[in-house]
Amino acid sequence: MTVTQAVASPAIGRPARTPGVASAALQVALRALRKYVRTPGLIVMGVVQSALFLFSFRYVFGGAIHAGAGISYVEFLVPAYVASIVLFTGGGIAVAVAEDRAEGFTDRLLSLPVPRYSLVLGRTLADSITNVWSVLTTAAFGFLFGFRLPGSWLDGLAALGLCVLYAVVFTSVFIVMGLFAPSPQAAQGMSLIVFVFAFLSSGYVPATSMPGWLQPFSKYQPVTPMVDAVRSLLTGSASDVGLALAWSALLIVVFTPVAVLRYRRA
Amino acid sequence: MSMATEPSGVPLLEARGLTVRFGKVTALKGLDLTAPPGQVLAILGPNGAGKTTFVRTVATLVRPTSGSLLVYGRDVVRDPAGVRRDIGLAGQFAAVEPTMTGRENLEMTARLFGHGRTAAKRAAAVVIEQLSLGEVADRRASSYSGGQRRRLDLGASLVGGPRLLLLDEPTTGLDPVSRCEVWDAVRGLAADGTSILLTTHYLDEADELADRVVVIDHGAVVASGTLSRLKASIGQDVIEVAVTEPGKLSAVAQILERVTSNSARLEPGGRHASVPAPGGPAELASVIACLAEAAIAVDEIGLRRPTLDEVFLTLTDEAKISPAPAGASMNGSAR
Repeated sequence: MTVTQAVASPAIGRPARTPGVASAALQVALRALRKYVRTPGLIVMGVVQSALFLFSFRYVFGGAIHAGAGISYVEFLVPAYVASIVLFTGGGIAVAVAEDRAEGFTDRLLSLPVPRYSLVLGRTLADSITNVWSVLTTAAFGFLFGFRLPGSWLDGLAALGLCVLYAVVFTSVFIVMGLFAPSPQAAQGMSLIVFVFAFLSSGYVPATSMPGWLQPFSKYQPVTPMVDAVRSLLTGSASDVGLALAWSALLIVVFTPVAVLRYRRA
Repeated sequence: MSMATEPSGVPLLEARGLTVRFGKVTALKGLDLTAPPGQVLAILGPNGAGKTTFVRTVATLVRPTSGSLLVYGRDVVRDPAGVRRDIGLAGQFAAVEPTMTGRENLEMTARLFGHGRTAAKRAAAVVIEQLSLGEVADRRASSYSGGQRRRLDLGASLVGGPRLLLLDEPTTGLDPVSRCEVWDAVRGLAADGTSILLTTHYLDEADELADRVVVIDHGAVVASGTLSRLKASIGQDVIEVAVTEPGKLSAVAQILERVTSNSARLEPGGRHASVPAPGGPAELASVIACLAEAAIAVDEIGLRRPTLDEVFLTLTDEAKISPAPAGASMNGSAR
């Protein structure tokens, strides 16, 4: 027995080289996705939450909100809601990242000979996929609750593409949040901050209906041009898609390097 | 055995004036340490002594503020990537993914060490065999017992074929059965020649596993050597007395000091006194005789092994503090 053991243990050689970025990122992403798919609560709660919010706005508050001349509230709401759904469901990302730090998983990863940015890349890849899933299910609920494409399918696909882009953009924001939160509970709390950006945008009520002192914030924060761009693609109204893309690029360019740097000392 | 091919003369660890500060807190204060490869080295110390910080520094998770640390001759600051290839870390928490099976966890970690798909599968299979995880390997880790989880975590640190295994408090929070499982696993690895660095605050754990012990306190080494030598210097029994009347405590202390020629520790404002007793039972008998002669009533008196706290106090040569009544039998002390 001792003899077999002495022979067996050198069977684990040291790998000839360290893993490449893509291969390491893939392993990190696969693990995060497995956790998501194999924890039924995570998926169910995400779907229920997005449906419940949409239901409330569409059928409870919606009747009292005047969206503007010639546009019904459901037409006004659904594009913006799908565009910003990740702000509501993405808190789970921050919590998962904070949990990995609290439970020693991040330490394990950082003690391995993997390229540092592959950890952020893998995490972003996995969470972008779950966020895209949020976007798609939410869009489906939008149609279920009475939304109809005003224009062509092509416009619809372009709008959906933009929503998917936002899903990726906000992923990096939530990862950074999880990396700075002192605990998973704190990460949960911090992720509520982004609710403010969602509600104080032009997404749920026309910004012009807000008090004057609030309007500048609503106008100049990123979520407003982002939801406006999705709306404009669907309704053909004039809005600056370029501005939305610029904000997306800025958020990625700011938050991703912060995440990479922060992971080094997580 | 397989590690016998190490180039001789390169120490496993070489720390020189290693200092780590977090803001105002100094976790390691000029720590010096040299350890040869092929051994189990236990870092022993009270909570907050700097044990975990030391392990995290070896694992390249913490950068030294000053001083140097070489792992197999590689500098943790200049060549962290090289150090990471040599080490396997099993931290204080079992860092396994509960929604994945044991085998999936091991294969994932093997891939992250750089193994290809086939080699990763093989490494996982070897580790499963080595740590007797065969029965549960294809069950999700969430269904594992505490001991199985720790062994899986241990396995994950092994799949890269590390030259140095880092175990930070490997049995903290485990029940006695699980503890023995982990000990057996560590002993098996050590027998195969893996160099192991473990931290613990249990003397008996160091006793079971370690070839060499380094005691640290306040971020610096206070003692090191083989365990038997260390025990010989600190392993004195302790006489502990609980007096009936608190006012008689100083009289008791005088007796204790006269009999043992050591200074007694008094519980401030309390009824307990204790003293190291190199003479053991004979000195206990003398103390009892002296107490009877002086007509001092006691609720309890006895001889016990020193607590780890007292060991550290002896090593760090600190002044009097209250004895720890926990663990001593306290009959008749309800008052």
